[in-house]
Amino acid sequence: MTARGPLASTLGLRAPALGLWAPATERRLIAHAPPGLRIAVVDHGAGNLVSIEQALTFVGADVRVATGPDDLADAEAIVVPGVGAAAPAMERLSRAGLVDPLLRWIALGRPYLGICLGLQLLFDGSDEDGAATFGVIPGRTVILEDAPTLPHIGWNQVELRRDHAMFAGIATGTDLYFVHSYAGRPAGVRADAVTLAETEHGSRFVSAVDHGNVLGVQFHPERSGSAGLRLLGNFTRWATALAAGAGAERSPIGAGGTSGGD
Amino acid sequence: MLRRRIIACLDVADGRVVKGTRFVDLVDEGDPPELAARYADEGADELVFLDITAAPEARATLLDVVERTARRAFIPLTVGGGVRSVDEMRLVLRAGADKVALNTAAVADPELVARCGRAFGRQAVMVAIDARRVVDAATAAPRWEVLVRGGRDATGVDAVDWAVRVAELGAGELLVTSIDRDGTQSGYDTELLRAITARVSVPVIASGGASGPADFIAAVTEGGADAVLAASIFHRRIHALEDIKRAMLRAGIPVRATTGVAA
Repeated sequence: MTARGPLASTLGLRAPALGLWAPATERRLIAHAPPGLRIAVVDHGAGNLVSIEQALTFVGADVRVATGPDDLADAEAIVVPGVGAAAPAMERLSRAGLVDPLLRWIALGRPYLGICLGLQLLFDGSDEDGAATFGVIPGRTVILEDAPTLPHIGWNQVELRRDHAMFAGIATGTDLYFVHSYAGRPAGVRADAVTLAETEHGSRFVSAVDHGNVLGVQFHPERSGSAGLRLLGNFTRWATALAAGAGAERSPIGAGGTSGGD
Repeated sequence: MLRRRIIACLDVADGRVVKGTRFVDLVDEGDPPELAARYADEGADELVFLDITAAPEARATLLDVVERTARRAFIPLTVGGGVRSVDEMRLVLRAGADKVALNTAAVADPELVARCGRAFGRQAVMVAIDARRVVDAATAAPRWEVLVRGGRDATGVDAVDWAVRVAELGAGELLVTSIDRDGTQSGYDTELLRAITARVSVPVIASGGASGPADFIAAVTEGGADAVLAASIFHRRIHALEDIKRAMLRAGIPVRATTGVAA
Protein backbone atom coordinates (compact mmCIF):
# COMPACT_ATOMS: atom_id res chain seq x y z
CA MET A 1 0.00 0.00 0.00
CA THR A 2 1.15 3.51 -0.68
CA ALA A 3 1.32 6.22 1.95
CA ARG A 4 -1.97 7.69 3.04
CA GLY A 5 -3.44 10.39 0.87
CA PRO A 6 -2.97 14.03 1.72
CA LEU A 7 -6.54 14.27 2.89
CA ALA A 8 -6.18 11.69 5.63
CA SER A 9 -3.07 13.36 7.00
CA THR A 10 -4.66 16.80 6.84
CA LEU A 11 -7.60 15.58 8.84
CA GLY A 12 -5.34 13.71 11.23
CA LEU A 13 -7.59 10.70 10.80
CA ARG A 14 -5.03 7.91 10.96
CA ALA A 15 -7.01 4.88 12.00
CA PRO A 16 -5.20 4.05 15.27
CA ALA A 17 -5.92 7.52 16.63
CA LEU A 18 -9.62 7.30 15.92
CA GLY A 19 -10.43 5.17 18.91
CA LEU A 20 -9.67 8.12 21.15
CA TRP A 21 -12.62 10.11 20.01
CA ALA A 22 -14.95 7.71 18.29
CA PRO A 23 -18.30 7.06 19.92
CA ALA A 24 -18.34 3.69 21.61
CA THR A 25 -20.61 1.99 19.08
CA GLU A 26 -18.40 3.08 16.20
CA ARG A 27 -15.16 2.35 18.02
CA ARG A 28 -15.98 -1.37 18.01
CA LEU A 29 -16.10 -1.41 14.22
CA ILE A 30 -12.48 -0.34 13.82
CA ALA A 31 -11.30 -3.80 14.73
CA HIS A 32 -12.93 -5.09 11.54
CA ALA A 33 -11.24 -2.61 9.22
CA PRO A 34 -9.03 -3.95 6.43
CA PRO A 35 -5.75 -2.17 5.63
CA GLY A 36 -5.75 0.87 3.35
CA LEU A 37 -7.62 0.07 0.14
CA ARG A 38 -7.02 3.00 -2.20
CA ILE A 39 -10.43 4.56 -2.82
CA ALA A 40 -10.95 7.50 -5.17
CA VAL A 41 -13.89 9.66 -4.07
CA VAL A 42 -15.12 11.53 -7.13
CA ASP A 43 -15.68 15.26 -6.58
CA HIS A 44 -18.31 16.71 -8.88
CA GLY A 45 -18.36 20.04 -7.14
CA ALA A 46 -21.53 20.00 -5.04
CA GLY A 47 -21.34 20.19 -1.33
CA ASN A 48 -20.03 18.02 1.40
CA LEU A 49 -17.24 15.53 0.68
CA VAL A 50 -15.95 15.64 4.24
CA SER A 51 -18.53 13.14 5.51
CA ILE A 52 -17.76 10.41 3.00
CA GLU A 53 -13.99 11.01 3.21
CA GLN A 54 -13.99 10.76 6.98
CA ALA A 55 -16.28 7.72 7.05
CA LEU A 56 -14.19 5.77 4.50
CA THR A 57 -10.99 6.77 6.29
CA PHE A 58 -12.60 5.66 9.53
CA VAL A 59 -13.14 2.14 8.18
CA GLY A 60 -9.50 2.01 7.14
CA ALA A 61 -9.50 3.07 3.48
CA ASP A 62 -6.80 5.24 1.94
CA VAL A 63 -8.98 8.00 0.51
CA ARG A 64 -8.09 10.36 -2.29
CA VAL A 65 -10.41 12.97 -3.80
CA ALA A 66 -10.55 12.65 -7.60
CA THR A 67 -11.10 15.84 -9.56
CA GLY A 68 -9.68 14.52 -12.85
CA PRO A 69 -8.77 11.26 -14.66
CA ASP A 70 -5.19 11.23 -13.29
CA ASP A 71 -6.56 10.87 -9.78
CA LEU A 72 -8.07 7.49 -10.73
CA ALA A 73 -4.72 6.08 -11.91
CA ASP A 74 -3.79 3.95 -8.91
CA ALA A 75 -7.23 3.68 -7.32
CA GLU A 76 -8.51 0.23 -6.37
CA ALA A 77 -12.13 1.27 -5.90
CA ILE A 78 -14.23 4.29 -6.81
CA VAL A 79 -16.94 5.95 -4.74
CA VAL A 80 -19.22 8.52 -6.39
CA PRO A 81 -21.11 10.40 -3.67
CA GLY A 82 -23.29 13.45 -4.00
CA VAL A 83 -26.70 14.98 -3.61
CA GLY A 84 -28.66 17.28 -5.85
CA ALA A 85 -29.53 17.17 -9.52
CA ALA A 86 -28.02 15.08 -12.31
CA ALA A 87 -27.47 17.73 -15.00
CA PRO A 88 -24.96 19.94 -13.14
CA ALA A 89 -23.12 16.83 -11.90
CA MET A 90 -22.90 15.34 -15.44
CA GLU A 91 -21.73 18.70 -16.73
CA ARG A 92 -18.95 18.95 -14.16
CA LEU A 93 -17.90 15.31 -14.61
CA SER A 94 -17.82 15.84 -18.35
CA ARG A 95 -15.80 19.06 -18.05
CA ALA A 96 -13.34 17.27 -15.74
CA GLY A 97 -12.91 14.49 -18.33
CA LEU A 98 -14.22 11.91 -15.87
CA VAL A 99 -17.27 10.45 -17.66
CA ASP A 100 -15.40 8.13 -20.06
CA PRO A 101 -12.86 6.93 -17.46
CA LEU A 102 -15.74 6.11 -15.08
CA LEU A 103 -17.61 4.18 -17.80
CA ARG A 104 -14.43 2.27 -18.68
CA TRP A 105 -13.88 1.47 -14.99
CA ILE A 106 -17.40 0.08 -14.73
CA ALA A 107 -17.09 -1.88 -18.00
CA LEU A 108 -13.92 -3.50 -16.67
CA GLY A 109 -15.86 -4.77 -13.69
CA ARG A 110 -13.84 -2.86 -11.15
CA PRO A 111 -15.43 -2.02 -7.77
CA TYR A 112 -17.71 1.03 -7.79
CA LEU A 113 -20.08 2.41 -5.17
CA GLY A 114 -22.55 5.15 -6.06
CA ILE A 115 -24.21 6.98 -3.17
CA CYS A 116 -27.48 8.90 -3.66
CA LEU A 117 -26.83 10.95 -6.82
CA GLY A 118 -23.88 8.61 -7.52
CA LEU A 119 -26.43 5.76 -7.74
CA GLN A 120 -28.92 7.76 -9.82
CA LEU A 121 -26.20 8.57 -12.40
CA LEU A 122 -25.94 4.84 -13.23
CA PHE A 123 -29.37 4.88 -14.91
CA ASP A 124 -30.18 6.07 -18.46
CA GLY A 125 -31.41 9.51 -17.49
CA SER A 126 -33.13 11.64 -14.86
CA ASP A 127 -36.66 13.04 -14.88
CA GLU A 128 -35.46 15.73 -12.47
CA ASP A 129 -33.86 17.80 -15.20
CA GLY A 130 -33.88 15.57 -18.27
CA ALA A 131 -30.14 14.87 -18.07
CA ALA A 132 -28.77 11.82 -19.90
CA THR A 133 -26.68 9.83 -17.40
CA PHE A 134 -24.32 6.82 -17.55
CA GLY A 135 -26.74 4.25 -18.98
CA VAL A 136 -25.11 1.40 -17.06
CA ILE A 137 -28.39 0.18 -15.54
CA PRO A 138 -31.53 0.30 -17.72
CA GLY A 139 -34.17 2.59 -16.26
CA ARG A 140 -34.66 6.19 -15.21
CA THR A 141 -34.42 8.36 -12.14
CA VAL A 142 -37.99 9.35 -11.24
CA ILE A 143 -39.72 11.35 -8.50
CA LEU A 144 -40.91 9.42 -5.42
CA GLU A 145 -44.58 8.71 -6.07
CA ASP A 146 -47.28 9.36 -3.44
CA ALA A 147 -44.70 10.56 -0.93
CA PRO A 148 -46.39 12.10 2.13
CA THR A 149 -43.45 14.52 2.50
CA LEU A 150 -40.88 15.63 -0.06
CA PRO A 151 -37.93 15.69 0.09
CA HIS A 152 -37.78 12.28 1.77
CA ILE A 153 -35.53 13.23 4.68
CA GLY A 154 -34.71 11.00 7.61
CA TRP A 155 -34.09 7.46 8.77
CA ASN A 156 -36.05 4.78 6.96
CA GLN A 157 -35.99 1.02 6.78
CA VAL A 158 -33.94 -0.74 4.13
CA GLU A 159 -35.51 -4.07 3.26
CA LEU A 160 -33.07 -6.49 1.70
CA ARG A 161 -34.26 -8.50 -1.29
CA ARG A 162 -31.12 -10.63 -1.43
CA ASP A 163 -27.93 -11.20 0.52
CA HIS A 164 -24.86 -9.26 -0.45
CA ALA A 165 -21.44 -8.86 1.17
CA MET A 166 -22.09 -5.11 1.45
CA PHE A 167 -24.95 -5.79 3.90
CA ALA A 168 -23.15 -8.43 5.98
CA GLY A 169 -24.17 -8.00 9.63
CA ILE A 170 -26.85 -5.45 8.75
CA ALA A 171 -30.31 -6.88 9.35
CA THR A 172 -33.09 -6.36 6.86
CA GLY A 173 -35.26 -3.49 8.09
CA THR A 174 -32.33 -1.52 9.54
CA ASP A 175 -32.86 2.26 9.56
CA LEU A 176 -30.50 4.26 7.35
CA TYR A 177 -30.45 7.96 6.50
CA PHE A 178 -32.08 9.30 3.32
CA VAL A 179 -32.13 12.80 1.81
CA HIS A 180 -33.67 12.88 -1.68
CA SER A 181 -36.79 13.44 -3.78
CA TYR A 182 -35.91 11.21 -6.75
CA ALA A 183 -34.77 7.59 -7.03
CA GLY A 184 -33.60 5.30 -9.81
CA ARG A 185 -36.23 2.90 -11.13
CA PRO A 186 -34.69 -0.15 -12.84
CA ALA A 187 -36.47 -1.22 -16.03
CA GLY A 188 -36.38 -4.19 -18.40
CA VAL A 189 -35.73 -7.88 -17.91
CA ARG A 190 -32.97 -7.36 -15.34
CA ALA A 191 -34.95 -4.95 -13.13
CA ASP A 192 -35.48 -7.53 -10.38
CA ALA A 193 -31.98 -8.89 -10.72
CA VAL A 194 -30.33 -5.53 -9.98
CA THR A 195 -32.65 -4.68 -7.07
CA LEU A 196 -30.78 -5.36 -3.85
CA ALA A 197 -33.01 -3.49 -1.40
CA GLU A 198 -36.24 -1.50 -1.27
CA THR A 199 -37.65 1.19 1.00
CA GLU A 200 -41.12 2.62 1.41
CA HIS A 201 -42.11 6.28 1.52
CA GLY A 202 -45.64 6.59 0.16
CA SER A 203 -44.68 3.94 -2.37
CA ARG A 204 -41.88 1.43 -2.65
CA PHE A 205 -38.62 2.48 -4.31
CA VAL A 206 -35.28 0.81 -4.95
CA SER A 207 -32.82 1.81 -2.22
CA ALA A 208 -29.83 -0.37 -3.21
CA VAL A 209 -28.68 -2.01 -6.43
CA ASP A 210 -25.93 -4.34 -7.55
CA HIS A 211 -25.00 -4.92 -11.15
CA GLY A 212 -21.82 -6.91 -11.59
CA ASN A 213 -19.31 -5.07 -9.44
CA VAL A 214 -21.26 -1.83 -9.55
CA LEU A 215 -23.05 -1.12 -6.29
CA GLY A 216 -25.34 1.75 -5.48
CA VAL A 217 -27.23 2.96 -2.40
CA GLN A 218 -29.85 5.70 -2.25
CA PHE A 219 -29.27 6.36 1.47
CA HIS A 220 -26.16 7.98 2.94
CA PRO A 221 -24.05 5.36 4.75
CA GLU A 222 -21.58 8.11 5.72
CA ARG A 223 -24.35 9.73 7.79
CA SER A 224 -26.09 6.57 8.98
CA GLY A 225 -24.23 6.02 12.25
CA SER A 226 -22.73 2.63 13.06
CA ALA A 227 -24.88 0.72 10.52
CA GLY A 228 -23.62 3.00 7.76
CA LEU A 229 -20.00 2.62 8.86
CA ARG A 230 -20.46 -1.14 8.83
CA LEU A 231 -21.74 -0.99 5.26
CA LEU A 232 -18.76 1.10 4.15
CA GLY A 233 -16.42 -1.30 5.95
CA ASN A 234 -18.13 -4.20 4.15
CA PHE A 235 -17.74 -2.42 0.80
CA THR A 236 -14.07 -1.81 1.53
CA ARG A 237 -13.46 -5.46 2.42
CA TRP A 238 -15.42 -6.69 -0.61
CA ALA A 239 -13.47 -4.38 -2.92
CA THR A 240 -10.18 -5.40 -1.29
CA ALA A 241 -10.97 -9.04 -2.03
CA LEU A 242 -11.78 -8.14 -5.64
CA ALA A 243 -8.57 -6.16 -6.03
CA ALA A 244 -6.57 -9.03 -4.51
CA GLY A 245 -8.21 -11.45 -6.96
CA ALA A 246 -6.44 -9.46 -9.71
CA GLY A 247 -9.39 -9.72 -12.01
CA ALA A 248 -10.18 -13.38 -11.39
CA GLU A 249 -13.39 -12.49 -9.59
CA ARG A 250 -14.34 -9.64 -11.83
CA SER A 251 -17.47 -9.93 -13.83
CA PRO A 252 -17.20 -7.47 -16.69
CA ILE A 253 -20.45 -6.03 -17.90
CA GLY A 254 -21.27 -4.01 -20.92
CA ALA A 255 -21.42 -0.33 -20.08
CA GLY A 256 -23.55 0.52 -23.02
CA GLY A 257 -25.61 3.63 -23.48
CA THR A 258 -24.60 7.22 -23.44
CA SER A 259 -21.19 8.55 -22.68
CA GLY A 260 -22.14 11.84 -21.19
CA GLY A 261 -24.78 14.42 -20.70
CA ASP A 262 -23.16 17.51 -22.16
CA MET B 1 -41.59 3.49 7.31
CA LEU B 2 -39.98 6.90 7.70
CA ARG B 3 -39.03 7.54 11.31
CA ARG B 4 -39.82 10.70 13.25
CA ARG B 5 -36.48 12.19 14.16
CA ILE B 6 -35.07 13.49 17.41
CA ILE B 7 -32.58 16.25 16.81
CA ALA B 8 -30.09 17.54 19.35
CA CYS B 9 -29.38 21.23 18.95
CA LEU B 10 -26.11 22.96 19.72
CA ASP B 11 -26.52 26.73 20.05
CA VAL B 12 -23.00 28.04 19.68
CA ALA B 13 -21.67 31.46 20.74
CA ASP B 14 -17.97 32.29 20.58
CA GLY B 15 -17.14 28.63 19.94
CA ARG B 16 -19.01 27.28 22.99
CA VAL B 17 -22.39 25.61 23.30
CA VAL B 18 -24.72 27.92 25.21
CA LYS B 19 -28.38 27.94 26.09
CA GLY B 20 -30.57 30.81 27.11
CA THR B 21 -34.22 31.45 27.83
CA ARG B 22 -36.21 33.11 25.05
CA PHE B 23 -32.86 33.69 23.31
CA VAL B 24 -31.22 35.66 26.19
CA ASP B 25 -29.42 34.97 29.52
CA LEU B 26 -26.95 32.55 27.93
CA VAL B 27 -25.37 29.81 30.05
CA ASP B 28 -22.28 27.83 28.96
CA GLU B 29 -23.13 24.18 28.27
CA GLY B 30 -19.89 22.79 26.83
CA ASP B 31 -17.66 22.14 23.81
CA PRO B 32 -19.50 21.64 20.47
CA PRO B 33 -17.52 18.61 19.21
CA GLU B 34 -17.71 16.89 22.61
CA LEU B 35 -21.47 17.29 22.82
CA ALA B 36 -21.89 16.25 19.16
CA ALA B 37 -20.04 12.99 19.83
CA ARG B 38 -22.05 12.38 23.00
CA TYR B 39 -25.40 12.88 21.29
CA ALA B 40 -24.48 10.74 18.28
CA ASP B 41 -23.53 7.96 20.66
CA GLU B 42 -26.72 8.33 22.70
CA GLY B 43 -28.93 7.89 19.64
CA ALA B 44 -29.65 11.39 18.33
CA ASP B 45 -30.92 11.07 14.76
CA GLU B 46 -29.43 14.35 13.65
CA LEU B 47 -27.53 17.39 14.91
CA VAL B 48 -28.24 21.06 14.35
CA PHE B 49 -25.46 23.56 15.03
CA LEU B 50 -26.66 27.15 15.26
CA ASP B 51 -24.06 29.89 15.47
CA ILE B 52 -26.42 32.21 17.32
CA THR B 53 -24.12 35.21 17.45
CA ALA B 54 -23.19 35.14 13.75
CA ALA B 55 -26.14 37.06 12.32
CA PRO B 56 -26.38 39.75 15.02
CA GLU B 57 -22.65 40.35 14.80
CA ALA B 58 -22.70 40.14 10.98
CA ARG B 59 -19.77 37.78 10.65
CA ALA B 60 -19.19 34.43 9.01
CA THR B 61 -19.96 31.11 10.68
CA LEU B 62 -17.17 29.70 12.76
CA LEU B 63 -16.01 27.27 10.11
CA ASP B 64 -13.34 25.65 12.22
CA VAL B 65 -15.79 24.74 14.97
CA VAL B 66 -18.17 23.39 12.30
CA GLU B 67 -15.36 21.28 10.92
CA ARG B 68 -14.36 19.85 14.30
CA THR B 69 -17.99 19.12 15.07
CA ALA B 70 -18.67 17.45 11.69
CA ARG B 71 -15.75 15.08 12.20
CA ARG B 72 -17.02 13.85 15.53
CA ALA B 73 -20.36 12.42 14.46
CA PHE B 74 -21.42 10.10 11.63
CA ILE B 75 -24.97 11.43 11.63
CA PRO B 76 -26.38 14.37 9.62
CA LEU B 77 -25.30 17.86 10.62
CA THR B 78 -27.13 21.07 9.79
CA VAL B 79 -25.36 24.38 10.34
CA GLY B 80 -27.05 27.74 10.65
CA GLY B 81 -25.96 31.25 11.46
CA GLY B 82 -24.38 33.90 9.31
CA VAL B 83 -24.86 32.31 5.87
CA ARG B 84 -25.81 35.11 3.46
CA SER B 85 -24.79 33.82 0.02
CA VAL B 86 -24.33 30.73 -2.15
CA ASP B 87 -20.57 31.08 -1.70
CA GLU B 88 -20.85 31.17 2.09
CA MET B 89 -23.12 28.13 1.96
CA ARG B 90 -20.51 26.31 -0.13
CA LEU B 91 -17.86 26.98 2.53
CA VAL B 92 -20.09 25.61 5.27
CA LEU B 93 -20.92 22.45 3.25
CA ARG B 94 -17.24 21.99 2.48
CA ALA B 95 -16.49 22.24 6.20
CA GLY B 96 -18.66 19.13 6.65
CA ALA B 97 -22.26 20.29 7.01
CA ASP B 98 -24.92 18.28 5.17
CA LYS B 99 -27.48 21.08 5.25
CA VAL B 100 -27.45 24.79 5.92
CA ALA B 101 -30.16 26.65 7.82
CA LEU B 102 -31.01 30.12 6.49
CA ASN B 103 -32.85 32.57 8.69
CA THR B 104 -32.13 36.32 8.84
CA ALA B 105 -30.54 36.39 5.38
CA ALA B 106 -33.55 34.64 3.82
CA VAL B 107 -35.95 37.23 5.23
CA ALA B 108 -33.77 40.03 3.85
CA ASP B 109 -33.38 38.31 0.47
CA PRO B 110 -35.96 35.52 -0.11
CA GLU B 111 -34.44 34.67 -3.51
CA LEU B 112 -31.38 33.43 -1.59
CA VAL B 113 -33.42 30.31 -0.75
CA ALA B 114 -33.98 29.63 -4.45
CA ARG B 115 -30.35 30.31 -5.40
CA CYS B 116 -29.01 27.97 -2.69
CA GLY B 117 -31.53 25.29 -3.70
CA ARG B 118 -30.45 25.46 -7.32
CA ALA B 119 -26.77 25.30 -6.39
CA PHE B 120 -26.88 22.42 -3.89
CA GLY B 121 -30.32 20.82 -4.20
CA ARG B 122 -33.28 21.74 -2.01
CA GLN B 123 -32.55 18.94 0.43
CA ALA B 124 -29.49 20.91 1.57
CA VAL B 125 -31.50 24.07 2.29
CA MET B 126 -33.28 24.35 5.63
CA VAL B 127 -35.07 27.56 6.49
CA ALA B 128 -35.19 28.40 10.19
CA ILE B 129 -38.21 30.42 11.27
CA ASP B 130 -38.22 32.11 14.68
CA ALA B 131 -41.87 32.84 15.41
CA ARG B 132 -43.53 34.89 18.16
CA ARG B 133 -47.23 34.72 18.96
CA VAL B 134 -49.09 37.99 18.47
CA VAL B 135 -52.64 38.81 19.47
CA ASP B 136 -54.92 39.56 16.59
CA ALA B 137 -57.36 42.00 18.20
CA ALA B 138 -59.89 41.68 15.37
CA THR B 139 -60.29 37.90 15.17
CA ALA B 140 -58.74 36.68 18.45
CA ALA B 141 -57.30 33.85 16.35
CA PRO B 142 -53.68 32.89 16.97
CA ARG B 143 -51.12 34.48 14.69
CA TRP B 144 -47.34 34.41 14.64
CA GLU B 145 -44.76 36.92 13.52
CA VAL B 146 -41.26 36.18 12.16
CA LEU B 147 -38.34 37.56 14.17
CA VAL B 148 -34.77 37.80 12.89
CA ARG B 149 -31.26 38.47 14.21
CA GLY B 150 -31.55 35.86 16.93
CA GLY B 151 -35.00 37.01 18.00
CA ARG B 152 -33.95 40.66 18.30
CA ASP B 153 -35.92 42.22 15.43
CA ALA B 154 -39.59 41.86 14.60
CA THR B 155 -40.33 41.81 10.87
CA GLY B 156 -44.12 42.01 10.68
CA VAL B 157 -44.00 38.97 8.36
CA ASP B 158 -46.61 36.28 9.12
CA ALA B 159 -44.79 33.05 10.06
CA VAL B 160 -47.26 30.70 8.32
CA ASP B 161 -47.23 32.72 5.09
CA TRP B 162 -43.46 32.84 5.26
CA ALA B 163 -43.27 29.04 5.69
CA VAL B 164 -45.43 28.52 2.61
CA ARG B 165 -43.37 31.02 0.61
CA VAL B 166 -39.95 29.53 1.41
CA ALA B 167 -41.22 26.02 0.72
CA GLU B 168 -42.28 27.27 -2.73
CA LEU B 169 -38.96 29.04 -3.23
CA GLY B 170 -37.03 25.82 -2.65
CA ALA B 171 -36.52 25.15 1.06
CA GLY B 172 -36.21 21.40 1.64
CA GLU B 173 -37.06 21.51 5.33
CA LEU B 174 -38.33 24.03 7.91
CA LEU B 175 -37.05 24.49 11.45
CA VAL B 176 -39.87 26.20 13.34
CA THR B 177 -38.92 27.70 16.70
CA SER B 178 -41.42 29.24 19.08
CA ILE B 179 -39.61 32.14 20.72
CA ASP B 180 -42.30 32.28 23.40
CA ARG B 181 -41.49 28.71 24.42
CA ASP B 182 -37.73 28.61 23.77
CA GLY B 183 -35.83 27.51 26.88
CA THR B 184 -38.98 27.69 29.03
CA GLN B 185 -39.69 23.96 29.15
CA SER B 186 -43.40 24.68 28.75
CA GLY B 187 -43.95 22.43 25.70
CA TYR B 188 -43.81 23.03 21.95
CA ASP B 189 -46.29 25.46 20.39
CA THR B 190 -48.34 22.75 18.70
CA GLU B 191 -50.82 25.28 17.30
CA LEU B 192 -48.01 27.03 15.45
CA LEU B 193 -46.69 23.68 14.20
CA ARG B 194 -50.13 22.51 13.04
CA ALA B 195 -50.75 25.82 11.26
CA ILE B 196 -47.56 25.27 9.26
CA THR B 197 -47.63 21.49 8.71
CA ALA B 198 -51.18 21.83 7.36
CA ARG B 199 -49.90 24.14 4.63
CA VAL B 200 -46.56 22.67 3.47
CA SER B 201 -45.39 19.24 2.28
CA VAL B 202 -41.72 19.66 3.21
CA PRO B 203 -40.61 18.17 6.54
CA VAL B 204 -41.12 20.45 9.57
CA ILE B 205 -38.92 20.35 12.66
CA ALA B 206 -40.48 21.45 15.98
CA SER B 207 -38.32 23.58 18.25
CA GLY B 208 -38.64 25.57 21.44
CA GLY B 209 -40.09 24.47 24.77
CA ALA B 210 -39.28 20.79 25.32
CA SER B 211 -39.59 19.63 28.91
CA GLY B 212 -40.18 15.91 28.60
CA PRO B 213 -41.32 12.95 26.49
CA ALA B 214 -44.97 14.11 26.43
CA ASP B 215 -43.93 17.28 24.58
CA PHE B 216 -42.13 15.29 21.87
CA ILE B 217 -45.21 13.13 21.41
CA ALA B 218 -47.49 16.19 21.22
CA ALA B 219 -45.24 17.89 18.65
CA VAL B 220 -45.80 14.89 16.36
CA THR B 221 -49.39 13.89 17.12
CA GLU B 222 -50.85 17.37 17.62
CA GLY B 223 -48.37 19.53 15.70
CA GLY B 224 -47.76 17.13 12.81
CA ALA B 225 -43.98 17.63 13.13
CA ASP B 226 -41.67 15.29 11.20
CA ALA B 227 -38.82 15.85 13.62
CA VAL B 228 -38.47 17.28 17.10
CA LEU B 229 -35.51 19.32 18.27
CA ALA B 230 -34.33 20.05 21.79
CA ALA B 231 -31.28 21.51 23.48
CA SER B 232 -31.32 22.23 27.21
CA ILE B 233 -33.01 19.04 28.35
CA PHE B 234 -30.23 17.06 26.63
CA HIS B 235 -27.36 19.34 27.70
CA ARG B 236 -28.48 19.16 31.32
CA ARG B 237 -29.30 15.44 31.12
CA ILE B 238 -32.88 16.11 32.27
CA HIS B 239 -34.04 13.36 29.92
CA ALA B 240 -32.06 10.69 28.09
CA LEU B 241 -32.61 10.46 24.33
CA GLU B 242 -33.31 6.78 24.77
CA ASP B 243 -36.13 7.42 27.25
CA ILE B 244 -37.79 9.91 24.92
CA LYS B 245 -37.59 7.44 22.03
CA ARG B 246 -39.04 4.69 24.17
CA ALA B 247 -41.97 6.92 25.19
CA MET B 248 -42.60 7.88 21.56
CA LEU B 249 -42.58 4.22 20.52
CA ARG B 250 -45.11 3.43 23.25
CA ALA B 251 -47.29 6.22 21.87
CA GLY B 252 -47.19 4.50 18.46
CA ILE B 253 -44.74 6.93 16.84
CA PRO B 254 -42.12 5.23 14.66
CA VAL B 255 -38.60 6.16 15.75
CA ARG B 256 -35.20 4.83 14.72
CA ALA B 257 -34.06 1.76 16.55
CA THR B 258 -30.39 2.05 17.38
CA THR B 259 -29.94 -1.71 17.28
CA GLY B 260 -30.03 -3.77 14.09
CA VAL B 261 -26.28 -3.97 13.67
CA ALA B 262 -24.66 -7.22 14.65
CA ALA B 263 -21.83 -6.76 17.15
